[in-house]
Amino acid sequence: MIEFIKQPWHWAVAGVMIGLTVPTLLLMGNKIFGISSSLRHLCAACFPANIEYFRYNWKKEIWNLFFVVGVLLGGIIASQYLSNPNEFIIDENTVKDLKALGVTDFSAMMPSDIFSVENIFTIKGLIFLVIGGLMVGFGTRYAGGCTSGHAIMGLSNLQLPSLIATISFMVGGFAMTHIIMPYIFKLF
Amino acid sequence: MIKTKIDNTSTEEFVCEAPNNQVKNESFASNFKYLIVGIIFGIVFVKAEIISWFRIQEMFRLQSFHMYGVIGTAVVVGLISVQLIKRFNIKTLAGEMVSIPDKTFDKGQIYGGLIFGLGWAITGACPGPLFAQIGSGFLAIIITLASAIAGTWLYGAFQNKFPK
Repeated sequence: MIEFIKQPWHWAVAGVMIGLTVPTLLLMGNKIFGISSSLRHLCAACFPANIEYFRYNWKKEIWNLFFVVGVLLGGIIASQYLSNPNEFIIDENTVKDLKALGVTDFSAMMPSDIFSVENIFTIKGLIFLVIGGLMVGFGTRYAGGCTSGHAIMGLSNLQLPSLIATISFMVGGFAMTHIIMPYIFKLF
Repeated sequence: MIKTKIDNTSTEEFVCEAPNNQVKNESFASNFKYLIVGIIFGIVFVKAEIISWFRIQEMFRLQSFHMYGVIGTAVVVGLISVQLIKRFNIKTLAGEMVSIPDKTFDKGQIYGGLIFGLGWAITGACPGPLFAQIGSGFLAIIITLASAIAGTWLYGAFQNKFPK
């Protein structure tokens, strides 16, 4: 059984489990699924700075912070006790494309030549960690949600604004991957 | 100077995008069930390799169906669940009606969505996977998460200046 769980999970299994999070949170306590809101609650709790946007009763939304701490713990459990003993497999065309850009490490889920602690104070770190992170935090709040709040929760509830947001996420991602990223990799 | 008093018992006008719509007050301990849901969610993220920068690259290069399968299945399951809850008027554990606020359109969903999409392809992570990546031992992602919190703060500090 445990050997079975240790293999990478099929997309359908993950999709069903993530989809079921929507009714689970609704029925547990009328909670609307949305992860990027946790970043706002963290700001409201730690650095409100008397900014109107952060002046609200974040304690009422503390369930969301419990949820993301859970996600972090889930990451620890999965990587410590359930990690895949076999080779990490990436589509060969993706490997080819990324090799052409200059990525060299394909052994783990994150390429260590980009996302390593040693790179934090380099241009790579500035772009992939700092600027990327800023765009994720800023963009999700500006859009009023991320993949969970808009693409999954919003589309599940047939919300047109969420469809527009989801299309915008994808357009942004395609533009970065195909148009901007080749220029970024020329910097190194 | 206006004094704002925070009161748990009053009905608040404020609604964040992922609100707690439960009317009944919950004990602090009751939050642990959301921690458990989060743990399972985090395990799924890692085991289905959704936290992988490479899976996101495969998605944006249209070289793998994996992420489309995950998100597509999740939407279908979520959609059916929400319809069943509405159709059969299924109540929450506390016996309340399930309420899901409608989202209203503004241009932020386009501008913000594009900015998030650009960041998603660089970092290989939406906000959820950031937490699971850190848990999986990719400690450099602590910087990404801190930057995402800073990005959220910047939006909040200057939100009136951005077109909506």
